[in-house]
Amino acid sequence: MPTEVNNVEELAIKEYKYGFETNIETETIPKGLNEDIIRTISAKKNEPEWMLEWRLKAYRHFITLEEDPRWANITFPKINFQDIIYYAAPKQKPVLNSIDEVDPELLKTFEKLGISLQEQKRLTGVAVDAVFDSVSVTTTFKEELSRLGIIFCSMSEAVKEHPELVKKYLGSVVPYTDNYFATLNSAVFSDGSFCYIPKGVRCPMELSTYFRINTSGTGQFERTLLIADEGGYVSYLEGCTAPVRDENQLHAAVVELIALDNATIKYSTVQNWYPGDVQGKGGVYNFVTKRGACRGVNSKITWTQVETGSAITWKYPSCILQGDNSIGEFYSVAVTNNRQQADTGTKMIHLGKNTRSTIVSKGISAGKGNNSYRGLVRVHKKADNARNFTQCDSLLIGDKCGAHTFPYIEVGNPTAKVEHEATTSKIGDDQLFYLRQRGISQEDAINMIVNGYCKDVFRELPMEFAVEAQKLLGISLEGSVG
Amino acid sequence: MLTIKDLYVSVEDKEILKGINLQVNQGEVHAIMGPNGSGKSTLANVIAGRDGYEITEGEISYEGRDLLDMNPEERAREGVFLAFQYPVEIPGVSNASFLKTALNEIRKHRGEEELDAMLFLKYMKEKMKLVGIPESLINRPVNHGFSGGEKKRNEIFQMQVLQPRLAVLDETDSGLDIDALKIVSKGVNSFRSKDNAVIVVTHYQRLLNYIIPDYVHVLVDGRIVKSGSKELAIELEEKGYDWVTNNETQAVTA
Repeated sequence: MPTEVNNVEELAIKEYKYGFETNIETETIPKGLNEDIIRTISAKKNEPEWMLEWRLKAYRHFITLEEDPRWANITFPKINFQDIIYYAAPKQKPVLNSIDEVDPELLKTFEKLGISLQEQKRLTGVAVDAVFDSVSVTTTFKEELSRLGIIFCSMSEAVKEHPELVKKYLGSVVPYTDNYFATLNSAVFSDGSFCYIPKGVRCPMELSTYFRINTSGTGQFERTLLIADEGGYVSYLEGCTAPVRDENQLHAAVVELIALDNATIKYSTVQNWYPGDVQGKGGVYNFVTKRGACRGVNSKITWTQVETGSAITWKYPSCILQGDNSIGEFYSVAVTNNRQQADTGTKMIHLGKNTRSTIVSKGISAGKGNNSYRGLVRVHKKADNARNFTQCDSLLIGDKCGAHTFPYIEVGNPTAKVEHEATTSKIGDDQLFYLRQRGISQEDAINMIVNGYCKDVFRELPMEFAVEAQKLLGISLEGSVG
Repeated sequence: MLTIKDLYVSVEDKEILKGINLQVNQGEVHAIMGPNGSGKSTLANVIAGRDGYEITEGEISYEGRDLLDMNPEERAREGVFLAFQYPVEIPGVSNASFLKTALNEIRKHRGEEELDAMLFLKYMKEKMKLVGIPESLINRPVNHGFSGGEKKRNEIFQMQVLQPRLAVLDETDSGLDIDALKIVSKGVNSFRSKDNAVIVVTHYQRLLNYIIPDYVHVLVDGRIVKSGSKELAIELEEKGYDWVTNNETQAVTA
């Protein structure tokens, strides 16, 4: 037979093409976590007193917590929270009048990441909020959106310009006491996006935030808040990358979504933080709390995530289905290659009548990756006629990786219908051979099989991002079969 | 086109093929018949380059090149096609997009321009008529939820689309009813030309009523024990494989 190696254990080094670092003058504050640091962050952002108070409340709660949660199916060394820089920002003029005043290095950085902020080259139909380390660099299409009454800006700006909305909704879905990382975030959050869709408005373009960690030794703690008022509609996408570094960087974000009567929010994530190298050195620790509240009747929240990056992913985008007839959906592709670990899934909390939820989770494990699905479907006793359908699939590439599922189902109402389907499969040698026998290379064959497997999730993504996600998946699994 | 010389193949240290010699020329159809476990499928898989077979001796040359030195996709691009005995399901990948990718890989290899979606569709539709394959099968995931007959028909359809130079049909008749058998045979016969060659691997003579071979070889216990014209297949059907096996034994002991 040909001498070619078909040994699935043989892993090549995968390329992370976003691993470059931007050389830019940055303003950072000293390492460490204490009340002074929080006051400094708040002061840097010129925040009103009430915001600082909220942060301090969170911090005071944080110091009463003993340790970061260890119940997930992941292992990592103790994180030294005093060894992290909690605020880093590129030096620039405090107020920018136009995109021309943004540091060209920054523009170049985003350009390189495929996100053009320049007016003439912007993605059509997508408004972007670009976040670099702890601050938002710029937000495109702001004026166009504001004509429809849509507010799309950085969180820092929202705190100053729209305090009534922020006060009303911040922490209303994820309270600062929610969990260890959410509490930390509440104390030190830097920037993120804020979006408000007024009554009856359908947002005409995709809204998007692009997060970039650049400065060494910093953590990123962004905070995103999206509100769709009655009858509003918005589709929102976030993307993220970080330079290749030997150290682990912490990313602990909080995202809150609120959908009022008849409102719909689609929230899609393409997460591509640096995953670490083949040996598991470096990479981002991604501890994120994402939750949406379907507060109104007939409201709908859809989470779609493609998780390819990070050394550790700890993330459970969830829906609280309060409004009668409200709908929650979760579509997920999570890839772990080399030494990556992912513990991800969702919670669907059925409170209202006739609430429905759908969960489609596709885990892909390659190399020595470890992939866990963790999900909770809870039907409260007043939630008549609640329906849930869960499909939870795992795909294994090679025989050194792991796939696990931890589904929790709690039903308190006898009219509920809850379905759970789960499969585990391997990319079979016979599948690969079949495709290769038709002239398709091994690498392309794997891509084809994996993309076919993820199809149900990719079709939930906005078109152009679906293409991007497919490519990304290809890169993430490069070299996963020798 | 294909020359197999003194080929010995083992699977997990068990010798399956024990000195195969075979010459296949352009324009010819060869049938390889034999009882279960005689090594027919092994031979088909070795030609296509499947993993897990150890060539302990011998060589295969294809169009003057060492076939055993090429990986499966290279062989496919060079025109070697295997119609699988058990076609594999690929969930989520449509038959059409899979075939388009495959065809374009082969075209690229030949230095031909790739077909865009429109041209491919047109080309595919012509081929669909030849094999009588319904549109619904084209848009479904590869072999996913296909009946046994549909899978086999899909193999022949792929062969028509990819237009290989050497097609190896591994038990394409197994599990087919008589109508499906006729359709599949029609697909193969319309493929036959003076430029290509077909190796039909089968247990039964039945298929050879429809696909008339130029040569018939009987494979027993890893060796070709008898070769002849199409009449040999009929004789085999009447007398059973014992007949050749006994003959062989006699010949050896004589």
